[in-house]
Amino acid sequence: MADDFTLSQAGTGALLLDVAMGDAFDDGRQARLLALAANLDGVEGVEDIVPGMNNLMVVFDPLLVDAGEIERRLAQGWAGAVAADEAGREHEIAVVYGGADLQEMAAHLGLAVADVVERHSAAVYKVAAVGAMPGFPYLSGLDPTLAMPRRAVPRQGVPKGAVIIGGGQAGIMPITAPSGWHILGHTGFVLFDPHRATPATLKPGDRVRFTVAGVEP
Amino acid sequence: MIEILSSGALNTVQDRGRRGLLSSGVSRSGAMDIQALDAANALLGNAADAAAIEVAAFPFRLRFASATMVAVTGALAEVRLSGRRLPPWWATEAEVGDELTIAPPTVGARVYVAVGGGVDVPELLGARATELKSGYGGHEGRGLRRGDRLPVGERLSGALPEGGIGGLPPPGRDRSDEPLRVLPAAEWPDFSEEARRLFATTNWRVTAEADRQGCRLDGPELVRERRRELLSHGIVPGTVQVPPAGRPIVQLAEANTCGGYPKIATVIETDLWRLGQAMPGDDLRFVVVGRSEALEALREVAEWLDRLRGAAALYRVS
Repeated sequence: MADDFTLSQAGTGALLLDVAMGDAFDDGRQARLLALAANLDGVEGVEDIVPGMNNLMVVFDPLLVDAGEIERRLAQGWAGAVAADEAGREHEIAVVYGGADLQEMAAHLGLAVADVVERHSAAVYKVAAVGAMPGFPYLSGLDPTLAMPRRAVPRQGVPKGAVIIGGGQAGIMPITAPSGWHILGHTGFVLFDPHRATPATLKPGDRVRFTVAGVEP
Repeated sequence: MIEILSSGALNTVQDRGRRGLLSSGVSRSGAMDIQALDAANALLGNAADAAAIEVAAFPFRLRFASATMVAVTGALAEVRLSGRRLPPWWATEAEVGDELTIAPPTVGARVYVAVGGGVDVPELLGARATELKSGYGGHEGRGLRRGDRLPVGERLSGALPEGGIGGLPPPGRDRSDEPLRVLPAAEWPDFSEEARRLFATTNWRVTAEADRQGCRLDGPELVRERRRELLSHGIVPGTVQVPPAGRPIVQLAEANTCGGYPKIATVIETDLWRLGQAMPGDDLRFVVVGRSEALEALREVAEWLDRLRGAAALYRVS
């Protein structure tokens, strides 16, 4: 049987383990990856363990630890990785739904606004990874009937706190930044604070529920 | 204290950047030419993680409100301290009221100004580097403006001799047409043989879309034979992405921590300074190397820095 992963170099001091099967994200494989990530914590010379969507990047000091050693740990670690039971924390995030995108989304999906709000707030999401922007959570678990292709042209300043959908993924803007995702509403939940020792609020493996704090026209 | 007399928004406080926080979505930031920063700190006997000013908008002028040591490295430019011309990669004592002026570079893009004890802005997430894109770190999370006053840390070393001391730049600095060394990255095998040949033989033109986040290059289209959708994955500075249009983008200090474009190669850390010093319109080339050659380059630079640090210490009066 062929290996069900690929390993590649990301420069002298990083390796990327990719366990994606095609272009569909897999929750079970992600849970195993997060278990592997936890096992690599504290290995000498390793300075960053970065989960992506069905992949894991390990950053290390190549003058302290041999890349071959990290490769071996990743390959063997993946083979033996077992998902931990519901390891992360659960967060409730209050959302005021509303805005032009929400109306447009409902029309595009052939749903009432109330249905979109209902389906978005009914799901339990998992933080698959954190990245791209400071503290940005990639959330899996979106109701597939709410999947929306990204905007052809990204908006320049999608505001901090915007609750968004892009493709089959859900997210929340931690800072005001460009994004091509659609805005369903807003939250005051703080995702990133550079003055904290742990700046990102959400961690891979955490669970998120959105609650309806209001629906505005 | 230093007082900024004239500046542009692209001039920022930078150090070696934030490590170990890519998993929180925090970009590395830090100097675009780490070796120039390291040299400036070494000449002054500063801690390796001391912060300096990265100057990318010229002319730049500042006044010393207290006596300190100053080192200027990086791009080659006319540098004057109260009228006195300083040689390249030079460190000297500065008196109260001295003015430092830096003209637009003749070679390179970024000049580093370090002071004895470092620029003492508050540390945030383990570093003093400015993250311009997200607006935190450095001096109030932004570029320097006229009238800004920056605190200077406590100097750790004795005085410099009359006239100052110079430092030898790292190996390879004098060969500006050397190719950037790269290691093949995840999607290297997905590109056609012709694309891989073009990647390594083309004189790539640096476009105007070049900043601390990344550098877009112009040249022939690099065709991917095996097209597959990639899920978001962590990336490091130096990653050479090839978006669907086929022209490479090199991700740099303030790159987003995750990406989704195919990656043909990664520029080795030792050679990232060449992108930090590149100007729009410059040409650059890539050469594919192996892991051992890349490691050897890292060791060579570490040895150069040790030698520079040791030599500079001999000249400072302690």
